Amino acid sequence: MGEKANSCLERWTGRVRAAAAEKTAIRLRGGGSKDFYGQSLVGELLDTREHSGIVAYAPSELVVTARCGTPLAEMEATLAENAQSLAFEPPHFDPGATLGGCVAAGLSGPRRVQAGAVRDFVLGVKMINGQGELLNFGGQVMKNVAGYDVSRLLAGSLGTLGLIVEVSLKVMPVALAEQTLRFDLDQEKSLNLLNQWGGQPLPISASAWAANSLHVRLSGAAAAVSAATAKLGGQRVTPEESTAFWLGLREQSHPFFAGDAPLWRLAVPATSAVLALPGEQLVEWGGAQRWLRGLGTPADQSIRIAAEQSGGHATLFRADAAQKAALGVFQPLAAPLGRIHHNLKLAFDPLGVFNLGRLYPDL
Amino acid sequence: MSTDSAFTVPRFAVEKQRLLAQLREVLPALSLLVDEEDLRPYECDGLMAYRQLPLIVVLPENEAQAQAILKICSALKVPVIPRGAATGLSGGAMPHRDGVVLSLAKLKKIVKLDALARTAIVQPGVRNLAVSEAAAEHGLYYAPDPSSQIACTIGGNVSENSGGVHCLKYGLTVHNVLRVRGLTIEGEIVEFGNAALDAPGYDLLALMNGSEGMLALITEVTVRLTAKPELAQVVLASFDDVTKAGDAVASIIAAGIIPAGLEMMDRKAIHAVEPYVKAGYDLNAEAILLCESDGTPEEVAEEMARMTAVLRQSGASGIRVSQNEAERLMFWAGRKAAFPAVGRITPDYLCMDGTIPRKNLARMLIAIAGMEERYGLRCANVFHAGDGNLHPLIMYDANVPGQLDLATAFGGEILELSVKLGGTITGEHGVGIKKIVQMCAQFTPAELALFHALKRAFDPEGLLNPGKVIPTAARCREYRLTRSAADGADNASVNAATRY
Ligand SMILES: Cc1cc2nc3c(=O)[nH]c(=O)nc-3n(C[C@H](O)[C@H](O)[C@H](O)COP(=O)(O)OP(=O)(O)OC[C@H]3O[C@@H](n4cnc5c(N)ncnc54)[C@H](O)[C@@H]3O)c2cc1C
Repeated sequence: MGEKANSCLERWTGRVRAAAAEKTAIRLRGGGSKDFYGQSLVGELLDTREHSGIVAYAPSELVVTARCGTPLAEMEATLAENAQSLAFEPPHFDPGATLGGCVAAGLSGPRRVQAGAVRDFVLGVKMINGQGELLNFGGQVMKNVAGYDVSRLLAGSLGTLGLIVEVSLKVMPVALAEQTLRFDLDQEKSLNLLNQWGGQPLPISASAWAANSLHVRLSGAAAAVSAATAKLGGQRVTPEESTAFWLGLREQSHPFFAGDAPLWRLAVPATSAVLALPGEQLVEWGGAQRWLRGLGTPADQSIRIAAEQSGGHATLFRADAAQKAALGVFQPLAAPLGRIHHNLKLAFDPLGVFNLGRLYPDL
Repeated sequence: MSTDSAFTVPRFAVEKQRLLAQLREVLPALSLLVDEEDLRPYECDGLMAYRQLPLIVVLPENEAQAQAILKICSALKVPVIPRGAATGLSGGAMPHRDGVVLSLAKLKKIVKLDALARTAIVQPGVRNLAVSEAAAEHGLYYAPDPSSQIACTIGGNVSENSGGVHCLKYGLTVHNVLRVRGLTIEGEIVEFGNAALDAPGYDLLALMNGSEGMLALITEVTVRLTAKPELAQVVLASFDDVTKAGDAVASIIAAGIIPAGLEMMDRKAIHAVEPYVKAGYDLNAEAILLCESDGTPEEVAEEMARMTAVLRQSGASGIRVSQNEAERLMFWAGRKAAFPAVGRITPDYLCMDGTIPRKNLARMLIAIAGMEERYGLRCANVFHAGDGNLHPLIMYDANVPGQLDLATAFGGEILELSVKLGGTITGEHGVGIKKIVQMCAQFTPAELALFHALKRAFDPEGLLNPGKVIPTAARCREYRLTRSAADGADNASVNAATRY
């Protein structure tokens, strides 16, 4: 590793130790593309972009290791040169999005159902804990059960457990062929079809329903994609349109997401019936991720209750500070889980340095 | 019993009669074992070299009984050792002499199988294969398929994050489990994950996978079911040289192919298996690869053509493609029976479980050959090559004084080399008690301290499976001293300690 990178890590560990000693808070930030996500942003800024660059990448190992400040776009470009990709299609939300932020936010894109989530691809991390210690967990190999799986735990922890300084991710070959199909269907019929298709060996790599239009993407071997295209029917979408559509969905530049109305994300079982909630809905992940916003969306906990009753949870994904403060961003935890969360925070960050209150007010 | 296991295990002052009296109040007589002859079958798991009789064995019939047991044990500060089918190979379910073994054997109901949602809710004692059998009528199956799948339980699979021969494409247990319901050591019900694809807060579901019974008792699991591919076909490739076989593995992946299975066996493993299973393996080969493709018939044909081309270019001396399902299963039968087959040709064997970057497979095999000479023991090698996961099977005879220690040292050297080659000391069998010493080679004192703190976040008194997985600081200091005395500065422990 470069001298510059080393000295950066030395400074960071020193800074964290000092913050712990003085009991001052640090706010971790990469490109700031996910500043909108989560609860409070408190503490003195630590900009992770200083520690940037791909450390190791051997395509035949299916693993890339990169520093936290590496732009996601740079990583994806490097992988693309070798016909590989981050299969969970992480949203960037801004050209400046970094790898560290991607893992800490734990958000996955359209391919989530077929490929898995961020955490499914995390193989190892190097991190700085709340006492300023540089620690390594996991590694660069596909299978590893030595000790607890701290690397995956950090995915989605929103920086509250420590500063992720380096990540190793499993990468996957890009599909040889791809075809998007469009159907004019209401939500109920779409959910039924998606669930039936999900139980068949079809190469469905993404789905989205909005405004009575269902898009389904097929990815895989050319023969498999053409066989499935013939089987499913629908209208074929051109490759250009297809790329733009899924990118728009991933980046939330799709018209559904335009405007300032609060945006809820409901994670529910894919088989849940159409949620009878006021507002507009956009359904992804074969029915397992449902976005809700717009007119009449209740400004109370009823959305959370509905999500919980169906077996999932709801996140106030985008909203102004007052709404977030009133409703909380994330679904409250049951008491024993809350206690374990609190204890884990103490284990990683005993003096309370990192991203205080970003995930839950008491973490 | 080796002295290795004994000295790290903390002791607990337990009043057996008081404990028994309380357990009798919550359990039927048949769920409580106390006589030595009844305890004997529980003295070890699949790591048979290490044995210890527990104080008591309990077999709850439902979650409520399990909860009552945990409440009693935590109040009386009695260690609890969860136990599935005890096929674990690292001593994870080995009893504690002051403790209660909590067997999940009676919790073996498939609670609900939802074909449309492609999920099954199962009790922890349900056998891995039973899930796929129940799902078969819907064209679905449970993808992770450890070779022990006839016997091992879902609770054990989650605890070890078990893999199988199809994990490169379909993932490990952690990738196929949606929810784990469990009990904390205090007997509180906890739900990690849910019926959706993610849950709020920290990913404790991921953390439960591979936690070896140290964090919570698993009482129910929701697994994801996968649509059965229309067709699967396997190619059996022989190589006259292990390096060529190892390089072929890397070449397949580099060609952008993710085989449904990619396994490797060396000459000794082939010679152990073939007379036993008659799978049709090439006895003249130095190594064979099994490389599977699945999907639609068109997809399989396309991928098979690409795979066989890469194998040919990599210098395979023979290539056979399974012509029908019976032949495919026969090719796999040899691989799946590799452990028992080796068990037939040696009184005892130790199964190791390191993982290394694929590109180092051949290097590792050559190093192991050198170790065989030095230790005077034979070693058959079976690899989940696609994942870089090695299972060297070190053959020894426990009745020959000193051979177990030699085999243990041999295995330790393989694991330390795995770490040096950029890998890990365990890919899927867990640390348990077997590899607790090598944890000192892989992790620094600060990292181990964090593991201990993480454990306390779930189990503040350290009553769940105590003395396993994470070595004490004192133990590692001792390890480092003996290692650096033994081999000078160039060893893995020093590497770990000075990595930065
Ligand atoms: C012949 C053979 C082949 C094998 N092949 C493979 C393979 O291909 N891949 C692989 O990954 N492994 C393999 N194994 C290892 C072993 O089968 C797996 O680790 C398996 O998952 C263990 O399941 P079990 O039910 O036997 O668990 P056990 O051995 O009973 O327990 C394993 C660990 O889990 C804990 N535990 C069990 N149940 C619970 C519960 N309900 N709650 C909390 N903790 C619990 C125990 O305390 C222990 O630490 C093999 C073993 C054998 C003997």
